[in-house]
Amino acid sequence: MMDSFIQLILTLDMSIRLSVVLLLACLAGLFSERSGIVDIGLEGKMLVAAFFAAAGAYETGSAWVGVLAGCAASLVFSMIHGLASITYRGNQLISGVAINFLASGMTVVLGNAWYRKGGQTPTLSGDARFHDITLPFAEALSDVPVLGPIYSDLLSGHKPLVYLAFLIVPLSWWVLYRTRFGLRLRAVGENPASVDTAGISVVKLRYQALIITGILCGIAGAYLSTAQAAGFGKEMTAGRGYIALAALIFAKWRPWYAMGACLLFGLLEAISNLYPSINIFGLVTIPVQFTQALPYILTVVILAGFVGKAIPPRAGGEPYVKEQ
Amino acid sequence: MDKMPRWADVFLVPFINLCLAFMVSGLVVLAIGENPFDAIYFMVKGALGSTSGIGYTLYYATNYIFTGLAVAVAFHARLFNIGGEGQAIVAGIGVAVVLLLFNWPHWMLALPFAIIGGGSFGALWAAIPAYLQAKRGSHIVITTIMFNFIGAALIGYLLNGILKNPSSQNAETRAFGPGAHLPTAHEILAPLGIEFSKSAPLNIAFILALICAVLVWVLIWRTRLGFQIRAFGQNEDAAKYAGISAVKITIIAMLISGALAGMLAVNVVMGEQERLIKEFVEGAGFVGIAVALMGRSHPFGIVLAALLFGMLTQGGFELLWEMPTVSKELVLVIQALIILFTGALDNMVRDPVERIFLRLRKGRS
Amino acid sequence: MGGNNKSGRQEAVAPAIELRGISKAFGAVQANKDISINVARGTIHGIIGENGAGKSTLMSILYGFYKADAGEIIINGNPTLIPNSQAAIAAGIGMVFQHFKLVENFSVLENVVLGAEDGPMLKSSLSKARSTLTHLAEEYELDVDPDALIEDLSVGHQQRVEILKALYRQAEILILDEPTGVLTPAEADHLFRILRNLKDEGKTIIMITHKLREIMEITDTVSVMRRGEMTSTVKTTETSPEDLAERMVGRKVLLEVDKKPASPGKMVLEVEDLRVVDDAGVERLKGISLNVRAGEILGIAGVSGNGQTQLLHVLGGYQSATGSIRMNSEEIDLSGAHSDGQSRRARSIAHVPEDRQAEALIMEFTAWENMIFGYHNDAAYQKNRFLMDNPAIIHDTELKMGRFDVRPPNPRLAAKSFSGGNQQKIVLAREIERNPDLLLVGQPTRGVDIGAIEFIHQQLVALRDQGKAILLVSVELEEILSLADRIIVMFDGHIMGERDPAKTNERELGLLMAGVNDDGKAA
Repeated sequence: MMDSFIQLILTLDMSIRLSVVLLLACLAGLFSERSGIVDIGLEGKMLVAAFFAAAGAYETGSAWVGVLAGCAASLVFSMIHGLASITYRGNQLISGVAINFLASGMTVVLGNAWYRKGGQTPTLSGDARFHDITLPFAEALSDVPVLGPIYSDLLSGHKPLVYLAFLIVPLSWWVLYRTRFGLRLRAVGENPASVDTAGISVVKLRYQALIITGILCGIAGAYLSTAQAAGFGKEMTAGRGYIALAALIFAKWRPWYAMGACLLFGLLEAISNLYPSINIFGLVTIPVQFTQALPYILTVVILAGFVGKAIPPRAGGEPYVKEQ
Repeated sequence: MDKMPRWADVFLVPFINLCLAFMVSGLVVLAIGENPFDAIYFMVKGALGSTSGIGYTLYYATNYIFTGLAVAVAFHARLFNIGGEGQAIVAGIGVAVVLLLFNWPHWMLALPFAIIGGGSFGALWAAIPAYLQAKRGSHIVITTIMFNFIGAALIGYLLNGILKNPSSQNAETRAFGPGAHLPTAHEILAPLGIEFSKSAPLNIAFILALICAVLVWVLIWRTRLGFQIRAFGQNEDAAKYAGISAVKITIIAMLISGALAGMLAVNVVMGEQERLIKEFVEGAGFVGIAVALMGRSHPFGIVLAALLFGMLTQGGFELLWEMPTVSKELVLVIQALIILFTGALDNMVRDPVERIFLRLRKGRS
Repeated sequence: MGGNNKSGRQEAVAPAIELRGISKAFGAVQANKDISINVARGTIHGIIGENGAGKSTLMSILYGFYKADAGEIIINGNPTLIPNSQAAIAAGIGMVFQHFKLVENFSVLENVVLGAEDGPMLKSSLSKARSTLTHLAEEYELDVDPDALIEDLSVGHQQRVEILKALYRQAEILILDEPTGVLTPAEADHLFRILRNLKDEGKTIIMITHKLREIMEITDTVSVMRRGEMTSTVKTTETSPEDLAERMVGRKVLLEVDKKPASPGKMVLEVEDLRVVDDAGVERLKGISLNVRAGEILGIAGVSGNGQTQLLHVLGGYQSATGSIRMNSEEIDLSGAHSDGQSRRARSIAHVPEDRQAEALIMEFTAWENMIFGYHNDAAYQKNRFLMDNPAIIHDTELKMGRFDVRPPNPRLAAKSFSGGNQQKIVLAREIERNPDLLLVGQPTRGVDIGAIEFIHQQLVALRDQGKAILLVSVELEEILSLADRIIVMFDGHIMGERDPAKTNERELGLLMAGVNDDGKAA
């Protein structure tokens, strides 16, 4: 009994760690899509951020400088997407695909030229990586039954970016529903003409949204390479940007729901990491490839079955052209 | 009234886009401390400087024609199939199963069945996302991406399991029999007295690719099905009014798309590897997106764009020998920039060009 | 005209709005040519003209939505630059667009506040707006529930929100673009009461319309636009509908359609108890029963959005429904499997849908491709089992374009490069030339210039005289009255009643359209 409880805490703890990247990317996508810009380039922005964060952290020895470098790189990519989809009214899906490829190629080309390690960055150590934070009294309370482990093992002992990510959830909700900016942002994703005729610049609003998207993707990528792992590896985002998009649809473009969806996907990934080959009653062994593919399979299943009627922001994907 | 002449629309604008993409790529080369002009020289020489280079270039181009056509057929129905990669992977399983099942007496007999095997497996892998999009409203872009990952896991599972060659250390099948060997360019051209590299993997599948290009052209612009696919792609409401079934067109277009992507396996698995390995697609499914965009979803343009990308890929590999700081992912960067400039930033060039033509016309009248 | 300096005398009588020499081109199309008008403060000014005459463009320039190529805008005697809508709002101008610019899933309050917030936080803005709305509602008969979502409001109420938005921004000048297009006569009357209230408060109103009756009813002065130019401005009391119509098109027009009495023959279409529930679960058709005989035009009147669209979609085969439809005495399967546009066409039902550009045509396709659209499976268009016979189709299209006077008669031109009237002629040619037993027609002359309207009306009457059955849906009462042999009025998915066009008038039909029964009771 005690064993399985500890096992459960361990699994949930890992779910939280793994859901952070998804959550940040999902919220990034939320701001973009709420403004009417479909962004399948989350993956690429995270990847490029992960690379520059690792490189920045390695060069300076500071993980926080790494985060800044990651955000800057992600922002540049986000602005390219803005240029394509806002200023030049291009196809947002195609722009996103281009950004993903650009990130895949660029990170390896630069990584190889700089570090000659087949696209990887050198392993980060010391302050170039984020360390776990122990919450107050975590040590003292760890022996309290049930609640102790929940507090000291599950809630305490994460990297600072984990707490930051979960703080961004209520913050996003507040921005979206309680501020002028949020009102305008939601409006521009639903009916940009309503914003335009109210004398507000559609272009400016959408760029502002993409700036937020860029920063959040930057933090997500930085977390991957400086907190979750100790350095950048080729293609290390492994489709998380797309899973975050699926989570966003599942969450119906709402911050709190996004958190729930990302925790669920994090749990799936944790299960596939912790229990690579599950043996059912000694009869069937589930192959490791299946558990690896599980998050992707479940993404498909969830999109196909459980979403119900997910109505995306109505102006999503369409460039805004003035008309009467 | 058209804003600019057709030649400007079809050739001039894409050409300027391409130049911009290459310019930015040149800056990347410069940034990693190499000379972009040298890079161009090495790439062109590597791609076209020998019959081996040409053979590789056309071999890659064959792949890109298939995946480019796959993306284009889906594009005509306004479906964005990013799953060419996964469809080709699964098609590889189909080709391998067909070729391993029998000891084929002659390639002429084996080829049609390999085409059917690869085509149907590729089509199946596209059909599921198509069905989910048509019936369940799942976003086809996300599902096809997920199916790429699932396809990769599937082939990994099979190559470590029932399809694995027991006498090999690697995750691969045993070699197909000699009767499944497709004639290479060397073997075809030698009797005609033309000397062609023996090492180049160019094979008869290149002809198959050209035939597919013609067939796709006929399909899209000369048949009822093509008419319905284009109508559905242009205007879904109008298609409904005309009695064109959205479900039917979505699924058929994706079946064709998946089957075309699957033809890549005929070229690579049957024509080059002669056994199934895990990483045989090597991103060709994604290159198809760039090829279709550059070729404006027209088979003729796709063949041209595929040749260009074939040169890039082959030239890129040659570049690695000459410039050690450059990695083969540079080609990916160039592809991405081409997608960006021709696909997403098209208006950046188009608008000013349109304005110039408008001014010219005003000046004349 | 040339003087820029303002003397005190001019200041005193300065018009609320003065436009001088406004010009605007879109590419090669000159939408506005050297337009000048004056609108006095506290008056209602009408701008009338055909579709594409440049009315909306002019008003969009005034609202800063477009930038004029040349010209000057003078508000209350002060030359004002209006580079964007923000500047227009600051200059006291508000605009109610033809297609409302509201966020559907926002509340009324949020829509009103959007862009006119007090600060970065929403709370105080929303409570301030709430009290202002109550105040405005009392003052101008503009009551709407501030917490209702826009998507739950009727069109008339949505329009009030648009007006409230302008008033909340303290607009002194209000522009309305085709405000009554989507309103019932009763709602339109209410709107006019609001406008008169606003005028009494000293507000200046500009109303764009193509309806002569409204101009006569509410405006003080009226300007006529034709092909981008402002041809004349007159006092409303000094003109007549006939006079205005003539100024609009530049020649005398026949508003009546010349037709013989109908001689109905055998029963063609019988509809019984047709019911439609849409995707959102709302019942859009609530038991419709009607019939159409050969050789007659059944007109369906009603404000748009009362089920006419669903009726056409069901009959055209692309909307599922329950009930029964008999075509030439044969039951049509409504269950879905055999219920699509193709099977309807096979039953000799042709359909000219309401929304030409969204449904009837593929704008990127050539005229010849559009000429077979919907009939593309027809054996006559195939060369063999696999290929279509393109040269034959092109030739056939050329002939049809000639017979229907489509200009230019070039089958290889994309549909988008034809004018609205010629696009409609392509659709009519396609559908009528199939020689159908039943023709469904929705809004046949929407967005069509007056010359083409006459032609289209003649074609419909000619088809009727050949003994074909026609079901005509139109929101233009005038069109229904002049074309139909029998009139059915739809309201909220019901049939309110049937009338003989010879024995009814716009007033009676208007009441039915508003859901008011014969006994004067609301449905």
